Amino acid sequence: MNDQQSAILFDIRLPRILLGATVGASLALAGASLQSLLRNPLAEPYLLGVSNGAALGTMLSFIFFAQSEYARPLMAFAGASLATFAVYQMAKSRSGMNVERLVLSGVIVTTFLSSILVLLTSLLDATKLRSFTFWLLGDLSQATKNGFYLTLIVAVIGMIVLSSQARALNLLMIGERDAFDFGVEVTKTRLIVFATAAALVGISVAASGSVGYVGLIVPHLVRLVVGSDNRLVVPFSGIVGATFVVLADTIARVAIAPRELPVGAITALVGAPLFIYLLKRN
Amino acid sequence: MRILRLFAANQNMLNVQNITINYGVCAVVQNISFLLEAGKIIALLGAKGAGKTTLLKALNASLPTADGEITLDGKRIDKLSRREIARRIAVIAQETETKFPVSVLEFVLSGRFAHGAAFGWETERDLQIALDCLELCDLKNYDNRRMNQLSGGERQRVVLARALATEAKILLLDEPTANLDLAHQAMMFRLIKERCENAGSSAIVITHDLNLASEFADEILLLKNGKITAKGEPQTVLTSENLQQVFDVKVLLDENPISKKRRVTTIY
Repeated sequence: MNDQQSAILFDIRLPRILLGATVGASLALAGASLQSLLRNPLAEPYLLGVSNGAALGTMLSFIFFAQSEYARPLMAFAGASLATFAVYQMAKSRSGMNVERLVLSGVIVTTFLSSILVLLTSLLDATKLRSFTFWLLGDLSQATKNGFYLTLIVAVIGMIVLSSQARALNLLMIGERDAFDFGVEVTKTRLIVFATAAALVGISVAASGSVGYVGLIVPHLVRLVVGSDNRLVVPFSGIVGATFVVLADTIARVAIAPRELPVGAITALVGAPLFIYLLKRN
Repeated sequence: MRILRLFAANQNMLNVQNITINYGVCAVVQNISFLLEAGKIIALLGAKGAGKTTLLKALNASLPTADGEITLDGKRIDKLSRREIARRIAVIAQETETKFPVSVLEFVLSGRFAHGAAFGWETERDLQIALDCLELCDLKNYDNRRMNQLSGGERQRVVLARALATEAKILLLDEPTANLDLAHQAMMFRLIKERCENAGSSAIVITHDLNLASEFADEILLLKNGKITAKGEPQTVLTSENLQQVFDVKVLLDENPISKKRRVTTIY
């Protein structure tokens, strides 16, 4: 292996594969836990607008604090948290929260945030524009080692925290009232899961844009094999999510070589039909 | 005196003193007091909207009380954690449904949540208790079935199995027999009665079946517009004046020839 080959392998390919794995794990973990928490098989960070919240945070930090390395993930986390809060408040009603209401709230938050994102991108100059549109669809080509380390740390912590809530999530999945009656501190669990999911999504989006549908596809695949117990679903979603995004990114990289597709286009290609299937089955 | 108090505190008792529950600005439940002693069954009767479910929800601190005090084994219930409450009080609420493929066994095991660590797995003992309770509820070999594939009646029995699996000393049941056929209605009340007689448990049951209440309850609370209209043994509460006042129906009262309990027949 010559210097050039080793540079490609270790400086370009490897960080990209590793980042893809941690991003995939993060998004799948967030999706699996949000689904159980909201008792909604269609809950997904991208569809709920959480990813767009993070994307807006990232973009704002890019415009205002471009120099600061830490501003991006922090602002992304803040954006994801705000979007989560907004969707949750909108979807909640006196009679509880049904599937359709949540999905609709997600659509509204997503499109609203998208329009702000579009507005901001058109205010940016043209050279940045293309990379931003690309990034918005989910793009791992900008992978760096630092980006990877941060997502790795957050993904590992997220997996531990969410696994620790898995048993409570099992009860919440059955019903919020039920969970409360049988000993779950519902408010506390909800806060922990929302905050962790927002952190996972925020850090992923800051590193690679919004890769959609991973949080939908992966937990459903996992449930088909291991059943509905979150103590299995949560950790396995992490592992399968990592594999899934690395595979999807490989396809994105070679499908129309030498040009590249954003990885989010590939995941959406698989995810959208699955979403329709799940909605119909409901 | 101190020994007496200790003794009293060890009884599994739910003491409700003068509670009022507000929904918005309206008082849905007003000035209700009663004592649930170990081994006893109380039936909560009243027309729709009388505040029965609201009252039941307050009893495990799911709803806050605006006034009054509820104590469980001598401790104020709003000072206890959810786990502590769930270990002592099990609830059978009106039907729950989930869109996830939860198995019957997983559902029943969720009743063991308050006993184990917040994370981790159920013990062998938890599993054994869950399987035993399924068998008690006539659901042997149902453990791997999925909740969303069961009939309403089967689901209701799984919900009972989960409540029994908690080993809680107090059972709160909100129309537990609504979806059940006759045989299983009798089974459910027999199981609850057995628990109360042998294990020192006690139960509060909301029901619309006056005769079930008469057969199984030690005490009846008759509710109208959030207030207690009558309280006491079935014989003294199930009178034609009381029933006329609360349900606005005319009834014929006589005695069940087998159980010698009061029997109520509505006159149409």
